[in-house]
Amino acid sequence: MARDTCFSTAIRPEPVEGLHHGHIPASTGSARTGGEDAQATEASASQRHTITLAHPTDWHGFRTAARALVQAHVPPHAVDWRCQADAAEDLFAPEPAASNTLPPPAPGALTLRVPPDFVRLCGQQLILHRDPARFALMYRLLWRMAQGGSEAEAARHDPLDADRLLAHHMARAVARDMHKMHAFVRFRPVVEPDGQTVHMAWFEPDHYITVANAGFFIRRFTQMRWAILTPDASVRWDGQQLHTGPGAQRSDAPPPDAGEALWLTYYRHIFNPARLKMGMMKKEMPTRYWHNLPEAALITELAQTAHERSAQMVAAGPTTPRKAIAPLRPDRSRDRG
Amino acid sequence: MGSTEGMGICHSYAPDGRCISLLKVLLTNFCQYDCLYCVNRVTSNVPRARFTVDEVVQLTLDFYRRNCIEGLFLSSGIIQSPDYTMEQVVEVARVLREEHDFRGYIHLKTIPDASPELMQRAGRYADRLSINIELPTAEGLTALAPEKDSAAIDRSMARMAVHIGESRAARKEQAAQAIVSMPQSRTTRRASAPLFAPGGQSTQMIVGADATDDRTILATSARLYGTHRLRRVYYSAFSPIPDAARALPLAAPPTVREHRLYQADWLMRFYGFTHDEIVPPSQGNPGSQAGMLALDVDPKLAWALAHRERFPVNLNTAPRELLLRVPGFGVQTVDRLLAARRVRRLRHADLARLHVPLKKVLPFVEAADYRPGRALEAVDLAAQLAPPPVQRSLF
Repeated sequence: MARDTCFSTAIRPEPVEGLHHGHIPASTGSARTGGEDAQATEASASQRHTITLAHPTDWHGFRTAARALVQAHVPPHAVDWRCQADAAEDLFAPEPAASNTLPPPAPGALTLRVPPDFVRLCGQQLILHRDPARFALMYRLLWRMAQGGSEAEAARHDPLDADRLLAHHMARAVARDMHKMHAFVRFRPVVEPDGQTVHMAWFEPDHYITVANAGFFIRRFTQMRWAILTPDASVRWDGQQLHTGPGAQRSDAPPPDAGEALWLTYYRHIFNPARLKMGMMKKEMPTRYWHNLPEAALITELAQTAHERSAQMVAAGPTTPRKAIAPLRPDRSRDRG
Repeated sequence: MGSTEGMGICHSYAPDGRCISLLKVLLTNFCQYDCLYCVNRVTSNVPRARFTVDEVVQLTLDFYRRNCIEGLFLSSGIIQSPDYTMEQVVEVARVLREEHDFRGYIHLKTIPDASPELMQRAGRYADRLSINIELPTAEGLTALAPEKDSAAIDRSMARMAVHIGESRAARKEQAAQAIVSMPQSRTTRRASAPLFAPGGQSTQMIVGADATDDRTILATSARLYGTHRLRRVYYSAFSPIPDAARALPLAAPPTVREHRLYQADWLMRFYGFTHDEIVPPSQGNPGSQAGMLALDVDPKLAWALAHRERFPVNLNTAPRELLLRVPGFGVQTVDRLLAARRVRRLRHADLARLHVPLKKVLPFVEAADYRPGRALEAVDLAAQLAPPPVQRSLF
């Protein structure tokens, strides 16, 4: 079994003030005496808590809040999670999302230890999922792990537990989306005013993966200057450093260039018309990605003419063999695929 | 520029459902050989062309920068001599690696008759090397590809396996030896042992161009995996080509057969099946020919139907090897079942949660609250589990 690690640097009873840092604005926490503390905990366990996170992938904010809530024995059904962007759109939001009031830890709350895999699962995958229920799921699993007994056993070790299965499916969806982004981002070179070439791409991921996924492109295209624009966020690599920025629009990305035509020629020729199998293709390259893939514009035509081309090859039959190699024709560059 | 991390990425898919991860080109389609199944054989009337080394390098780099590909898969028709051709192919890889510091994936198709020194150089630059075995039997190769020599192919594969093994052992040995330095001295690092085709070697076999049965094909694959430590054997259904040879009539490619061969190949590599149990010598199944895999059911289900005495398998007590033999269970499913049963007893409802094909799995397993009863003995079990016949699509 994997060695447990602390859910954060330390999940220990610590002063209330200590919990408020980073993205969570400080509440009006002040020093209390022991008796008041216990009363406050009683109250916080029963009242509803609304936690507003700074942005959709605010892992630090989530972790800080979740740690405090577990230690104050706040059950999952008494917490509402949302992001600042959602809160701004929510007409029925109880109050402007200026501060989160985190409850103080219950007296005698113990250090919570969770498997390192769980921290990685939440911090690197689940938090990137677009489903607003991801925070509630992560907190529910954490809460159950803290309860001990068979509940904790199932939440920690049973891969067929309902919450764990849901988390597994969501993590799979995020991992798949990240993988498809590695595959389907298409760069187009643009010459900047300073004479340098920047490779730009427009991509629409399903989940909040753009920033988390930048490492792959940094490792692969280290010497290039490149930028990936998405509706949620944009990332730009200048050869030294990664810059993150707000979301963009498709019109911010460059149009096709002449070099792309070679890729289309290659795509046209690598296809074997005798083996048309559109179902398989759509399974691996779902149609929602097509409008950002230059080669996808060829698919319909290639598929429609496939049977005819294949039948023609069979019907044409054998040709008269020729012993001499045909001379090189310089103008047939399009047959090079 | 470039990186190669773990699994390869399919950057696109062609409408034939196949993955496009590498720029797969021939340096030239001029060829002196007369392999009947090949569109570029010397007797074909196909227009010929030739790339320069630099053209291939620039094309690879341009596609790579656009994130269209993972790297290059370079092969070539045989021109002048096998050595000359191989030298050109290796030169492309050298220029990419040494002049452009290209760290993407390079797969080189090697020519069995080329000299061992060239093969050695190819292994220095390439991630993977491959030699096509072309046909599963030596007789088939003689008949369809008269210039190719199966003994030479075998020798080259063996030589490559030795180089790959030596390079791995050298790197492992070097990693194990810690460097002892004086206290307070700068930490130092030894140059690592040179790589030789770190992605191993693979091969390709044409299926359906001659009369070889599946049993022979799988035996050949098992031999290649065993003796030459191949990473993959690719099966390629013989498919119509323009300018076909008179001796090799064209037909629709046997894609279902190709699919069944891949499934059988997986059973050998990940499920602990041996090649001779997947297709028994005398096939008792009336629905299939002797020595051939059934086309209507997958090879694992076919095996289970023929060995019903081994089932049902108990989900709570059976060892991993037996669970892997249950039709409808993949390796991941089995591993999750094993993890779950360490904390509790497995029940019928757990199977539903796993998203396994229940209809296929249930006759072959028992759980804490479920027994298949006499379902296994039903004579028509095969018919119940076979997919319903579908009308061929019009498009």
